[in-house]
Amino acid sequence: MAGKRKIRILVAKPGLDGHDRGAKIIARGFRDAGFEVIYTGLHQSPEQIVEAAIQEDVDVIGLSSLAGAHNHLFREVLRLLKEKGAEDIPVFGGGIIPDEDIPKLKADGILEIFTPGTKVEDVVKWVEENIHPRG
Amino acid sequence: MNPKEWAEKIIEGDVRAASRLMRDIDDRMPWVSDVMKELYPHTGRAYIIGVTGSPGVGKSTLVDSLIEVFRKKGHSIGVVVIDPTSPFTGGAILGDRIRMQRHSTDSGVFIRSLATRGSMGGLSRSTSDILRVMDAMGKDIILLETVGVGQDEVDVVNTAHTSMIIMIPGLGDDIQAIKAGILEIGDIFVINKCEREGAERMEREIMMMLELGAKRKDGWVPKIVKTEAIKGKGIKELVEAIEEHRTFREDPEHKRKFLQKALRIELLNNLKDQISNRVLEVIGHEEGLTQAVNEIIDGKKDLYTKSEEILKQLLC
Ligand SMILES: Nc1nc2c(ncn2[C@@H]2O[C@H](COP(=O)(O)OP(=O)(O)O)[C@@H](O)[C@H]2O)c(=O)[nH]1
Ligand SMILES: [Mg+2]
Repeated sequence: MAGKRKIRILVAKPGLDGHDRGAKIIARGFRDAGFEVIYTGLHQSPEQIVEAAIQEDVDVIGLSSLAGAHNHLFREVLRLLKEKGAEDIPVFGGGIIPDEDIPKLKADGILEIFTPGTKVEDVVKWVEENIHPRG
Repeated sequence: MNPKEWAEKIIEGDVRAASRLMRDIDDRMPWVSDVMKELYPHTGRAYIIGVTGSPGVGKSTLVDSLIEVFRKKGHSIGVVVIDPTSPFTGGAILGDRIRMQRHSTDSGVFIRSLATRGSMGGLSRSTSDILRVMDAMGKDIILLETVGVGQDEVDVVNTAHTSMIIMIPGLGDDIQAIKAGILEIGDIFVINKCEREGAERMEREIMMMLELGAKRKDGWVPKIVKTEAIKGKGIKELVEAIEEHRTFREDPEHKRKFLQKALRIELLNNLKDQISNRVLEVIGHEEGLTQAVNEIIDGKKDLYTKSEEILKQLLC
């Protein structure tokens, strides 16, 4: 049947840490919620993330960071999106992110931050409520 | 943006404009055909290479190393990778890009991941239109990686100009695949992970099967190439085999035969889509459909009469 939008989401793992268990769990959660998840693996540079997001025409980017470089990397993703005229693609983050960084990241344009312990279903719910496919 | 402007941007190579149209194609938005009409005269130049084989045989890795070689030759590249949609949730994890990440910031490479969205045969319904968008962008070569799950993945032969079947030594189901008719659709057979034991034996087996089988109508004798994609070994030979097949099918008669088959399928699919959309409009979309179904359940009409009735409604 014609005209059915489906949420497309990029799950990306910037930075140097070598664990993507969390990112994979969340990717599976999104798939089970009926989303199309583009997963690009470990050690992604902000350039690679933004390029993938544009080529794949995703509705949202989810960044996962455990290594503490989130402040720089998340902001770099936002900056590059703007540079490429794709700042309409929203970005959220998750991982080990100190409480004091969260308000600053949000003020700079990260839509939401999920800290460890957040249930997958809550992240899914947040996406369903806040992200509108090509709305 | 009107269809003409949209198409112009794509022809100029605007990635965002192209990727957004691909999305609308995949989501089956009704305005897509107006843009496709504008793009159509700019298509027909790209060379499409299909990559088929069971999950895990190394299709994505092979695509990655082919990108490397073709880029060095100065070609611009499009890549379309297809993964299965979960029939239970409608979701999908599209993970083929992982193997191609070293090319992700090369502006001469455009990679797009697609989910099957319920379509059988190894491709998604949107595939041929999305290939056409890449073609219109000016991509010289497009690599098309199919799902690799079913044994009936034959759609790729009517879409790709060269079809490669990827196998690995020591998998019992490869012989199964040969039996199931994969042999007829491969222009090139690739034995990947050839560092493993059994590669030579497998090569002999495939050769024997090819010799025993009926000769191909077009006269092409399929090639067999051994590769170790992860190390880039055998890729040069693979590219040579592809180029040889390309030269073979440059022949106008072969080209026309291919197009006759490919466009016949596409035209019929397009008509089916248009007709079923129009039918839904005429009977009043979901609601009308439910009503029609209820009439059948309640025994007011039989299925066949109802179907004819709706068709009559469409035609007047
Ligand atoms: N040993 C070996 N492993 C390979 C080779 N080519 C690919 N692989 C590995 O096989 C696995 C599956 O590869 P992938 O390209 O994702 O396969 P696909 O599912 O067919 O696309 C990965 O772990 C690759 O690193 C090869 O030539 N030799
Ligand atoms: Mg793959």
